[in-house]
Amino acid sequence: MAKMTLEELRKLREEKQEALEKRSIEGKDCRIIIGMGTCGIAAGAKETLSTFLSVLDEEKIKHVAITQTGCMGLCYVEPTVEVILPDMPPVIYGKVDADVARKIVKEHILGKRLVTDHMFDRPAADIIKQDGGR
Amino acid sequence: MHIAITDYVLEVVQNAFEANSTETRVVLQETAEAFAVTVTDNGKGMSEEVMKRVLDPFSTEEGKHPHRKVGLGLSFLNQATELAGGELTLRSEVGVGTTVRFTFDPASIDTPPLGDVVSTFMTLLAHPKAGSLVIERKTETDGYALDRKELIGVLGDLEMSGNLHLLKEYIASQEAALS
Repeated sequence: MAKMTLEELRKLREEKQEALEKRSIEGKDCRIIIGMGTCGIAAGAKETLSTFLSVLDEEKIKHVAITQTGCMGLCYVEPTVEVILPDMPPVIYGKVDADVARKIVKEHILGKRLVTDHMFDRPAADIIKQDGGR
Repeated sequence: MHIAITDYVLEVVQNAFEANSTETRVVLQETAEAFAVTVTDNGKGMSEEVMKRVLDPFSTEEGKHPHRKVGLGLSFLNQATELAGGELTLRSEVGVGTTVRFTFDPASIDTPPLGDVVSTFMTLLAHPKAGSLVIERKTETDGYALDRKELIGVLGDLEMSGNLHLLKEYIASQEAALS
């Protein structure tokens, strides 16, 4: 590996700025949280994550933050994805492959309709706040 | 349990942060004769009396760690350096700061492995209490320096995972290019 200079590091950051901004939650009211525990990764959560990133790019959606978390406890339906949107209930979707990820963006985030055939859970009422964790 | 030199580095620097150091300098110098680490801080420093007790495993600063009666960091380090033909020296002045220097003999079979330099440096640079931390790594012919303030100027907030990843990549490239 060639020794990187600070100038090269600055350039690299600028190149990756857009990808970094997608992970930032500042000033964003919508969140997509992807379960990236070992169970999720084994079931293809990395592909799900990159599909979400590219679909948001394609659709030019800027108000959604994508973050990752560990296992959500639903290992039998991995990859799992939690979607938090204002004015909609927080939902955990299961078995989210690349096609389902596209469907979630189109129907849930843009269309404001739940993707009912992949809905597996809502976070237990005793661990979420009254406002759904927003 | 300490298994690598970088574990000791992490511990000594953490002591500096806990002593409210705002300017900390860490130098790792590798020569054929010795592997030397020097950590200089401008924290609250230690009095003569505290210095005498600091290597005692059954002594720790009161109130530093609630519910803990022992302070093993420096005493384990002292033991490890002695075992491996090196030494540990402490210099400190109340209100001015502390310098901890420890060496290992690279030829000794008891010298611990160096450990994961990249992750250790990344952890230290991202520490919220790190202040203006400078880390220097020198071999006989080569070396590099990491200045936290300068890196924050380039990368921004080091608590963001994306920036941290870039920092790791940067340190790894410096380390890999060492001759």
